Amino acid sequence: MPLTRREFLKVTGMGLAAGSLGMLGFGASGVAQAAAVRPFKLAHATETRNTCTYCSVACGILIYSMGDRAKNALSNIIHIEGDPDHPVNRGTLCPKGSALLDIVHAPTRLKAPRYRKPGGTEFEEVSWDFALDRIARLMKEDRDKHFITQNAAGTTVNRWISTGMLAASASSSETAYLTWKVARSLGMVVFDNQARV
Amino acid sequence: MTNTWQDIRNANLVIVMGGNAAEAHPCGFKWVIEAKIENGAKLVVVDPRFTRTASVADYYAPIRPGTDIAFLSGVMHYLLEKDTIQHAYVRAYTNASLIVADGFSFEDGHFSGFNGETNTYDKSSWNYEFDEQGFAKTDDTWQDQRCVINLLKQHVSRYTPEMVSRITGTPQDKFLHICELIAATAAPDKAMTSLFALGWTQHSVGAQNIRAMAMVQLLLGNIGVAGGGMNALRGHSNIQGLTDIGLLSNQMPGYLSLPTDKETSYDEYMKTKLFKPLRPGQTSYYQNYGKFVVSLQKALWGDAATKENNWGYDWLPKLDIPLYDIIKAFEMMNNGEMTGYICQGFNPLQAFPDRGKIRRGLSKLKFLVTMDPLDTETSRFWQDFGPQNPAKSSDIQTEVFQLPVTCFAEESGSLVNSARWLQWHWKAAEGPGKAMSDIWIMSGIFHRLREMYRKDGGAFPDPILNMSWKYTNPIAPDPEELAKEMNGRALADLTDPVTAVVTKAGSQLDAFAQLRDDGTTASGCWIFAGSFTEKGNQMARRDATDPREQGIAPNWAWAWPANRRILYNRASADLDGKAWNPKKPVIEWNGTRWAGIDVPDYGPTVKPSDGVGPFIMNAEGLGRLFALNLMAEGPFPEHYEPFESPSENVLHPKVPNNPVARVFADDRASFGHRRDFPYVATTYRLTEHFHFWTKHALINAILQPEEFIEIGEVLAKEKGIAQGGWVKVSSKRGEVICKAYVTKRIKPMTVDGKSTHVIGVPLHWGFTGQARKGYGANTLTPSVGDANTQTPEFKAFLVNIERTAAPAT
Repeated sequence: MPLTRREFLKVTGMGLAAGSLGMLGFGASGVAQAAAVRPFKLAHATETRNTCTYCSVACGILIYSMGDRAKNALSNIIHIEGDPDHPVNRGTLCPKGSALLDIVHAPTRLKAPRYRKPGGTEFEEVSWDFALDRIARLMKEDRDKHFITQNAAGTTVNRWISTGMLAASASSSETAYLTWKVARSLGMVVFDNQARV
Repeated sequence: MTNTWQDIRNANLVIVMGGNAAEAHPCGFKWVIEAKIENGAKLVVVDPRFTRTASVADYYAPIRPGTDIAFLSGVMHYLLEKDTIQHAYVRAYTNASLIVADGFSFEDGHFSGFNGETNTYDKSSWNYEFDEQGFAKTDDTWQDQRCVINLLKQHVSRYTPEMVSRITGTPQDKFLHICELIAATAAPDKAMTSLFALGWTQHSVGAQNIRAMAMVQLLLGNIGVAGGGMNALRGHSNIQGLTDIGLLSNQMPGYLSLPTDKETSYDEYMKTKLFKPLRPGQTSYYQNYGKFVVSLQKALWGDAATKENNWGYDWLPKLDIPLYDIIKAFEMMNNGEMTGYICQGFNPLQAFPDRGKIRRGLSKLKFLVTMDPLDTETSRFWQDFGPQNPAKSSDIQTEVFQLPVTCFAEESGSLVNSARWLQWHWKAAEGPGKAMSDIWIMSGIFHRLREMYRKDGGAFPDPILNMSWKYTNPIAPDPEELAKEMNGRALADLTDPVTAVVTKAGSQLDAFAQLRDDGTTASGCWIFAGSFTEKGNQMARRDATDPREQGIAPNWAWAWPANRRILYNRASADLDGKAWNPKKPVIEWNGTRWAGIDVPDYGPTVKPSDGVGPFIMNAEGLGRLFALNLMAEGPFPEHYEPFESPSENVLHPKVPNNPVARVFADDRASFGHRRDFPYVATTYRLTEHFHFWTKHALINAILQPEEFIEIGEVLAKEKGIAQGGWVKVSSKRGEVICKAYVTKRIKPMTVDGKSTHVIGVPLHWGFTGQARKGYGANTLTPSVGDANTQTPEFKAFLVNIERTAAPAT
């Protein structure tokens, strides 16, 4: 019977725990207890295949989370490691990738939309509807006022240069494509990404 | 990258110049070590600092920042003078034999056609000489002095070892030793790979740095072969993808260009994109350009794009200038010409040159939207954080929206890695709090705008109302649906003209060869065609099988174009179709077709005897030692000093800098002179940090907690600076107060007879996150870019440094 990776972890984890702890002089009961605990965390976690978010080596990673994805069971990421099957990184990660868990759970992760009024000294938390309604309104006002349908020579040019956008080079290609569609449908040409920096 | 990460193991010589892979791309760099251990490869590093890449090199040479073209032109001079080039390859696969038109010349720092009033070139003389049929003339004997190879010889003849050393500060003996090592890879069965990154791009001559090495590689026959190639080690996890999908001012998906004002109709636009072959019988694959454009328009606008309305050509914005890049955008902002700016996963306050100018620009906006998983400096530019961000909030009228976005672990989708692999990843958890995906946010803004335009009208609503948005969940389209749209599908039953196989209407396409220009196919990004077919999501494939362990792994994920892993791989075989290196063949002619471990970058049944060139995207089918009119500065690279330089341009003092770089007047006024700022500075990255993100991650903030600069022992002694002592580093644009890290890794160089010091400026700090507050290297850097791409010159500028007291805490 082929072993799934999770079962493989269970088996080898127990073997390692028994062997190494035994050599350290633990008694039989300690070994049994350690053998039960050692593989517990990852064996009971849900494994998800992903890619490191930093550089373009694109190391394969395995994300382990608590929660079995049942409805109402909120997943919590508890561990991230290199994917040993990945042909480039073969399980290894660098000092950045090894610390991915800390960026997922960084205390400065943003959790709610915030808004700062003209001249304001603080952010205030706002609803998504407030933020997106207001942004769309500001964009439309500017576009209606400054959109260039024709240049001085009378050529149709249909561009908008008074509002611009920088796109995220760590977002997925699918996000990028959708972003491109939105920006270009508005006629946006002040448009760039991190290719240069 | 032309090749793959694992393919580096096949190299005989690895040259790292313009990058520091051991620290910036550690898990990819392992393949360099593998090449050394398993293939007996030598590693050569040329860098201003003795980096960790240099620490495992077989040979290291220092170089003054911003002088790589002089070095590489010197290498070309060496190869041509000693005649250590791969003759058969150069003769058959490059444009060495083609004859250049009479009007082309180079004199005193300018190529022909320079207009000193506008600082632009009339490039009409940068061309071949043509015969009556419109084919480029050629002389395979290389007797004609106007052959590309002879003009190149003449152009690089000034770059003698003495001259190279005088400009670059690299000692002559070290330069010559590296030339010898490089020249050894001219043997048909030997390969050198070039690994580079921002160390080459972030110069006012960045694109020409890379071209210079590409030319070296063509002369050596190292393009298209296993263990060879030009390998740009890219930065962000999907910067390759964003470039592929054209999220740049002047681009559309798949490297199609956005129309300009001059292209007043679809037919006018297509006139410059016909790509008639310049030599008889050549492929010139871009003759299919129209199929890619029409299929894109069908993906964007669906049924609304018809032949009658030129496939919705008027709905695309047109450009009046080459591009609205970041430097231009912030110039406009500072001039009060911009209203709003949206920063999606981007932190320009730390990332763009001349930080003071960035802050002043953002302060003049009516509104700023930031979308990010993290609390970025940009989203708080209006708040006072002391000397690291002095701001008077009440004076800044910008409305700011800080939108929380999910991160990589909280979404599914694909990323394109440096080797052009599209790899799918899966969501592991929900984002924190109310964080939402970029897809949901962008869709939310789009729907609101579209509703307002539908109801209230406004400026040119057509493209907004006509944009195709047929997703199962229009509020938050499924990434798989978007991926399928980029791949493309048949809109009618398509019959293959050769095999008569019918692709049913509605089916996903298998390859871009199926695309049509009659509106019967749709594809949002033609180079991704094949990534999501009727067989399913090819990007999610996880078969790591690797024939002969040669680093191809053809069934792992999917690579553009056409799942091809090594670009130009026809050039890995000789004129008869046999591998130049029989031990590491990529594809070979088996008598009836091209076969091997990779997908041929060539007609699969085109016979070697047909004489079709291996560079099928080029109209003459050849690798270009002479770039025609495709580069801003000239068809050959030329050494121009950085805009802030410690030295004269000894080749042509009257033309010191890139003559066609775009420099705004206020930026020029902010350039410093060597009298006041005598030291060369260069920015760099630490292995513990990624840009300005990882200072938010506790462990990285602990590993490298605070801003510092790196100086050599000699300069430290001269200036009385102690190890870990406080210093003030200043440029014409600003100052940074931080600690000094005094090392043996940077030594003074002798440039044009004068001792020249280099200062290293790591760039990872700011005023949000877990690490200590810092200014950011961009406080110091100049606002000037490469003339082709406008990539800012972060790698060579001038500063002063002095000892200072610790800041009050």
